[in-house]
Amino acid sequence: MDELLRILQTNALESHENIGKMLGVPAGEVTRRIADYERDGVIRGYQAILNEDGLGLDKVTAVIEVKVTPQREGGFNTIAERISRFPEVSSAYLMSGTYDLLLFVEGRTLREVAAFVSERLSPLEGVLSTSTHFMLKTYKRFGVRMHPETPDERLTVSP
Amino acid sequence: MNGSLSLRNRINTTVRDIPRSGIRDFFDLVTTMKDVISLGIGEPDFDTPWHVRESTVFALERGATHYSSNLGYLDLRRALARYVQKTFGAEYNPEDEVLVTVGVSEALDLALRALLNPGDEVLYHEPCYVSYRATILFAHGVPLAVETRAEDGFRLTRAMLEAQVTPRTKVLMLNFPNNPTGAVMNRAELEDIAAFAREHDLIVITDEIYGELTYDTPHTSIISLPGMRDRTIFLHGFSKAWAMTGFRLGYACGPAELIEAMMKIHQYTMLCASSLSQKAALEALARPEMDIGEMVGEYRRRRNFIAAAFADMGVECHHPLGAFYAFPSVAKFGLPAKEFAFELLRAEKVAVVPGTAFGACGEGFVRCAYATGMENIKEAMMRFRRFISGR
Repeated sequence: MDELLRILQTNALESHENIGKMLGVPAGEVTRRIADYERDGVIRGYQAILNEDGLGLDKVTAVIEVKVTPQREGGFNTIAERISRFPEVSSAYLMSGTYDLLLFVEGRTLREVAAFVSERLSPLEGVLSTSTHFMLKTYKRFGVRMHPETPDERLTVSP
Repeated sequence: MNGSLSLRNRINTTVRDIPRSGIRDFFDLVTTMKDVISLGIGEPDFDTPWHVRESTVFALERGATHYSSNLGYLDLRRALARYVQKTFGAEYNPEDEVLVTVGVSEALDLALRALLNPGDEVLYHEPCYVSYRATILFAHGVPLAVETRAEDGFRLTRAMLEAQVTPRTKVLMLNFPNNPTGAVMNRAELEDIAAFAREHDLIVITDEIYGELTYDTPHTSIISLPGMRDRTIFLHGFSKAWAMTGFRLGYACGPAELIEAMMKIHQYTMLCASSLSQKAALEALARPEMDIGEMVGEYRRRRNFIAAAFADMGVECHHPLGAFYAFPSVAKFGLPAKEFAFELLRAEKVAVVPGTAFGACGEGFVRCAYATGMENIKEAMMRFRRFISGR
């Protein structure tokens, strides 16, 4: 992967000047390459990684395994795209194994998510079955650990 | 007795006369201060790879808590021989040409003690790791420091060595990639040094602890050059490339007679390296390219950043090619390196190590380790710039 993308994945707010220094290229080139990636749809957005457990939000997240029937034309894509359009679905993946789609669904309460599953998701044509698991606690998201890191225990000066 | 027992006079004169490491005073001062950004740390900020830590716990559960053979576990020595062959380019027999030690520091001590008779001379290059001179003296050798210079990129040349060598010279010590300068020697430059060692019939001790950490060109080891394997003791370990400093695990590879001599000292003083650390090392060798690749990429970005930051602020710094140190010149600010470092610490709470800790020719330089996160490096460079702007 392009090293520029790797840096942005670590810190998307890094200044173009600093990224230029890390890569040994002018800041203007960094700006241009990022613009290209945005235009080509490789970079699809920038988000903060939140430790939501600490915010006391009224929010539950469910991980839902879905078995579906692939369509005659479009295979899994038609049904997967259809499901992805629901704003409640924050992530959706096609999987190998005992089920087909893995969804991350967010709602304010357990009841709300349950209603989404029973009233919106399950009745969809092509959905054969669902299995819903509620998330209890987040330890790591997007490669970032959510709980206080152990402090740097190294000596402050060493040979 | 009247209680006026003078213990100082009882101390071995060699030990008594060696000053303690120049880093020590600095460390004592830094620990009294709060919110210091330290570029003074000579060890990786990365965590030891999780699979290594996890398997160390497993090894503890399984009972790897006893002595190993003096040379180290045979399966580890086999894995080391394979790794050295693949990465550094020479073959060693794991049965009798590999010795597992308590860090490279012990291996270096063993090598010097195994080789030197009192009065034998050892050529080594400065600026260098803080222990070299002391370790030579403890082994009753005579240290001959060869000064490398910024204008040569802190590389060693044959001419520098020829100017110092005498018939009493027995050993040549090398350390590339270098701590504290970040200097690297390419193949052609090493061939000159190898020819010098062959012609003067010297034993070479090469400390290649930073061998995996080069950023522009792959590392060349002197053991891969013709005729050198048989007159060289190769030292390496897990501290830097795998971020395993606290495991204290190093090793030496060399001709069987030399390893046997080193093993005798090791056997009577250390017995064996920690069994748990040996198990951890074996796990570390399972997928080195994955563990090390990520870190090298990150170090390279930091190296690029810090070099560009010094260039931006008009501070001369030879381009570091390996290890994780930049060694900029601060001579033009009119303070000796030690005072510059103390002032920078007092005024801006940035810790760097004065170049003189690594030999007299380090005067005028400070060592800035980039083994710390990018946010720290950015902040440290901003403070460094502010510090020098009035000078």
